[in-house]
Amino acid sequence: MYQYDDYDRALVSERVAQFRDQVERFMAGELSEEEFLPLRLQNGLYMQKHAYMLRVAIPYGTLSVRQMRTLASIARDYDRGYGHFTTRQNMQFNWIELAQVPDILERLAQVEMHAIQTSGNCVRNITTEAFAGVAADEMIDPRPLAEILRQWSTINPEFLFLPRKFKIAICSAEQDRAAIMMHDIGLYLYPGDNGQMLLRVIVGGGLGRTPILGLQIREGLPWQHLLSYVEAVLRVYNRHGRRDNKYKARIKILVKALGIEAFAREVEEEWQYLKDGPAQLTDAEYERVASAFVAPEYRELASIHLDFGTHLAENPAFARWVLRNVQPHKVPGYASVVLSTKPGVAAPPGDVTDTQMEAVAEWSERFGFGEIRIAHEQNIVLPDVPKAELFALWRLACEHNLGSANIGLLTDIIACPGGDFCALANAKSIPIAQAIQARFEDLDYLHDLGDISLNISGCMNACGHHHIGNIGILGVDKNGSEWYQITLGGAQGKHSALGKVIGPSFSAAQVPEVIERIVDTFVRYRESEEVLVDTLQRIGLEPFKEAVYPQAVEVLA
Amino acid sequence: MNNLLRLEKGEARIDADDPWMLVRDLAPPSPVGKAILPLARWLESPQRNAVWLGPDDEVEILKPWFDQLPLIALDFPSFRDGRGYSQAYLLRTRLGWTGELRAIGDVLRDQLSHMRQCGFDSFAVREDKSAEDALKGLAGMSVLYGRSVIEPRPLFRRRG
Repeated sequence: MYQYDDYDRALVSERVAQFRDQVERFMAGELSEEEFLPLRLQNGLYMQKHAYMLRVAIPYGTLSVRQMRTLASIARDYDRGYGHFTTRQNMQFNWIELAQVPDILERLAQVEMHAIQTSGNCVRNITTEAFAGVAADEMIDPRPLAEILRQWSTINPEFLFLPRKFKIAICSAEQDRAAIMMHDIGLYLYPGDNGQMLLRVIVGGGLGRTPILGLQIREGLPWQHLLSYVEAVLRVYNRHGRRDNKYKARIKILVKALGIEAFAREVEEEWQYLKDGPAQLTDAEYERVASAFVAPEYRELASIHLDFGTHLAENPAFARWVLRNVQPHKVPGYASVVLSTKPGVAAPPGDVTDTQMEAVAEWSERFGFGEIRIAHEQNIVLPDVPKAELFALWRLACEHNLGSANIGLLTDIIACPGGDFCALANAKSIPIAQAIQARFEDLDYLHDLGDISLNISGCMNACGHHHIGNIGILGVDKNGSEWYQITLGGAQGKHSALGKVIGPSFSAAQVPEVIERIVDTFVRYRESEEVLVDTLQRIGLEPFKEAVYPQAVEVLA
Repeated sequence: MNNLLRLEKGEARIDADDPWMLVRDLAPPSPVGKAILPLARWLESPQRNAVWLGPDDEVEILKPWFDQLPLIALDFPSFRDGRGYSQAYLLRTRLGWTGELRAIGDVLRDQLSHMRQCGFDSFAVREDKSAEDALKGLAGMSVLYGRSVIEPRPLFRRRG
């Protein structure tokens, strides 16, 4: 993991002092609500329906044991005993007192954490995938460049008041688990012919009100130019992005207005002034940062373990968990484990109690190297677990309600906090997720259905990424009551696609039935082991619409 | 202008004797004394006056006048409009403006250090705010990871 040096420590602690002063001035009436707003947002503090919410940055989703324990202590001491992992690999605390925020930030700073730029119209937390550094299909570890970008974008004075929020993701694996096509800048890192690191730069992706997949503006950019190129993109955006309408202010709207060729020309022109200048990255800097991400001292393990095989054979529940929740590792004898935060009605997606956080911290020490990852699907990853220990870990995970064998299945629902908490939401997300999870409790059936992603957002801002769920559910407001629009066919990864709306929206009570009819239709038309997206692609939306809106069929007949 | 902070050789102070008057109106009457005019009006008589630009204005237009311009001001219609930071960067780093660069408009204590980093050296703090209080906002933080107008080398080139 990256370790802070004196510069990092000074910056974070000065920032805490600065925000403490700003909070005091706000509470004393010296700063107006309007003046305080962007200051608190850039320190991760939102005003929700019932209380302030604090969003803590988890850079590229990586946590140490100490950090996880600190998050648990904050949940215990300052919140109601739990926290919520978000789709951008951060943690949110929902019940926060403004006056205590500086103390919370100070506690975070002690373990090299912060909440800087987790909100506001600035460059947000840099994300990558949860399996960075360990995934079997990885080409280059993306974390050193992610950390370099994190530092460069933190309190970068020119780019703190952009037209709108700005999200950057980087990935370097066969499967794009970082959803780079859905970001303001998506970076794909890959080796060139002579082994040097190259970047494919994608801009203008995003979900929200106007979902668009990003478009490529640069291929084969040598990594040394990462910062100057991103600077060029940001300067063009800062100067020319729309500021008259917050719904048209993301970079995707500018890219669409200019056209990708014209936008790319502007960026290239700006970049001509910057390239080969002081922003050009050096080997020394790369080495300095990369040295923090060296692989732990893996033991030499047998790739086949007898007890493990016996457990698999004798315990079908364990075997099912291994099938769904265990990922291949690049080192023989090891695996990466996904702990599901989606146990069904017991807890909303992404919510984890302080006791669970403490338990995960302990397991990461006992079974791994004290490192924990947060996946953008809101689950927790233990990256380095010997296969021989999987059975013991599984039993503990089940005891702590983190052992659901549902990764990638219909009940592994991605959901924003929705109307229960969020002031922006049109509708609740959590009760919808729980009603669907309650209806699909039969694990055998879920496993038979195979990979189905279901995403729920409580409003157009799309924090639940509903556009890229195979099944997407969007909360909408109709004359003051809560309704839900369904999309089908969305996908993330290399074959990213945006879902299509199937028709008029539904009441909350209707949603589980609608999902069941969609699933039934899939089962009826499915060929052999086909997954839902493939069936959808093959037969189109019509059969699903007919099943969901039977009246329409009657009228047609 | 009132409520003016000025940076000279790294030292910040309140300037109670600023000679400049800010003219917002596009229409005459002509001001008496030293005026900072809106771009369109200044272009009519660029000789003795200073100019201020709005965030939509292109900074490149001033390049031919650098020799005779006494001051350039950039307007922040709202402190949340960050275009002025990029305009300042372009004026200083790209176009080489070395004269006074003033922030006007919604200029508030908590953004002053960012403005300073982007090359502003005088700051007309919003009139309802205290200049003494705003002075505390100029210093900012001791660490800059990236680079800026006044520190063109990123931290990785400055590390020991």
